[in-house]
Amino acid sequence: MTKKQSKLEANNLDAYYGDFQALKNINIAMEEKAVTAFIGPSGCGKSTFLRTLNRMNDYIDGFRIQGQILLDGRDIYATDVRVDELRKEVGMVFQKPNPFPKTIYENVVYGLKIQGIKDKKILQEACEKSLQQAALWNEVKDKLDKSALALSGGQQQRLCIARALAIQPSVILMDEPASALDPISTAKIEELIHELKKNYTIVIVTHNMQQAGRVSDHTAFFYMGELVEYAKTKTMFTSPSDTRTQNYITGRFG
Amino acid sequence: MTNSEKNRLKDKAFQVFGIFCTFIGLVVLAIFLIDIVIEGVGRIDWDFMTSLPSRRAARAGILTAWAGTLWILVLSALIAFPLGIAAGIYLEEYAKKTKLSDFLEINIANLAGVPSIIYGLLGLELFVRFMHLGPVLLVGALTLSLLILPIVIVTTREAIKAVPRTIRDGSFALGASKWQTVWNQVLPASFGGILTGVILALSRAVGEAAPLIVIGALAYVPFVPKSPMDEFTVLPIQIFNWTSRPQAAFLTNAAAAIIVLLLITFLLNGIAVYLRHRQQKKIKW
Repeated sequence: MTKKQSKLEANNLDAYYGDFQALKNINIAMEEKAVTAFIGPSGCGKSTFLRTLNRMNDYIDGFRIQGQILLDGRDIYATDVRVDELRKEVGMVFQKPNPFPKTIYENVVYGLKIQGIKDKKILQEACEKSLQQAALWNEVKDKLDKSALALSGGQQQRLCIARALAIQPSVILMDEPASALDPISTAKIEELIHELKKNYTIVIVTHNMQQAGRVSDHTAFFYMGELVEYAKTKTMFTSPSDTRTQNYITGRFG
Repeated sequence: MTNSEKNRLKDKAFQVFGIFCTFIGLVVLAIFLIDIVIEGVGRIDWDFMTSLPSRRAARAGILTAWAGTLWILVLSALIAFPLGIAAGIYLEEYAKKTKLSDFLEINIANLAGVPSIIYGLLGLELFVRFMHLGPVLLVGALTLSLLILPIVIVTTREAIKAVPRTIRDGSFALGASKWQTVWNQVLPASFGGILTGVILALSRAVGEAAPLIVIGALAYVPFVPKSPMDEFTVLPIQIFNWTSRPQAAFLTNAAAAIIVLLLITFLLNGIAVYLRHRQQKKIKW
């Protein structure tokens, strides 16, 4: 894990919703241009942790953290960090495809437009490039001005990935990106993740252990707000060191 | 009789009762409408629409009344629309859940239930006496805006609430600020709903007579208002005035004016229904 530079790091991270402690002393370093998967039973804190990485929990009343999260060595919760700047660097894809009720084109360029970019040529180029990266261009190139809501679920999710890529982040967070999709669409998303990790650092939350096994380089197992085990995916699935991990990945609970 | 027979009988009985309840309102309304139309429709002609009020029923028209109603409609919309929507957005998107916001919320709901004549008294005291504006269109519109503001705020919040959380998350995750998210995502997606609520609120305002009488709007205004600072009358006041006269001819005038007023409110409600329908067709979450 020390061969490549660590892109994201959490040091002694605690997180609370009001009085409830959702994360307990998390320490983890995630490698650049690799896929890190978070697994664990519902309510174990994996999604909460994912959402602290781009501060999506900021708007939740009563949520607070202690400890540090470093992106390229910089504390993202430091007072001088602007959340919008952070989110340009750390993109996110959600569990349920959530395209905006606008055209496909408008969906992809939304992130650029809100940065104030108006040049049609730049926007169109970014749109094509992002859709190609998300392996969606060939399916939608003739209907960019059609509503994104007319696409299938799998296409919508790839559109959401394209939308996140358009603002050129270096990290992409994925919160169970395929859990609402059929097996064929899921396979396409997984293939895409393989392709994207050449250029992006990817963190993915998944309920599906086969998926974690297929797509990730490293896997972190969360249980009751704790990071129980963090290792190379191969190691984790063949010889877990903690019995709780073993019980979970062999399907004894969860 | 077996239990299942009893149950079926009860079921049947409730169905009949339900149909009765549904129709009783409709029938009463229909009788009223037919009566009004028979009484008044013959009276509506170009002269009736374009004549000034008069002491003689046959020469009296409703030009000043419907012009006043349109003025009030537009002015109230201009005042209540931005205020109500802004307040709704603030309460739904920005305000943190505190004791204060709970207090505000309960009181806005309470304000929606305050009788309209009380708003008239408020308008009289605040705008006419304290601010010395006189019984002019602007004051009428301000008073009616206060009256419909709670409704506009509540419907705005309902419409905004219907926009899924995931759309906001999607926008925030792309680096949008709260205002950018509200402006680019939440408002366009909820605009149909907001507009529907606002129009229904306006159609209520257009039918109000009591608060306007309290602030001093007149039944006899011999000119068409040219600016918001002119004195005015509106259709409901004109109708109220004519129905209190003893001569039968004025009652016919009142019936004709009621038809015009109903047409205006039906038109507004029709627009609201159309907008809601179009919105539902356009956006399916």
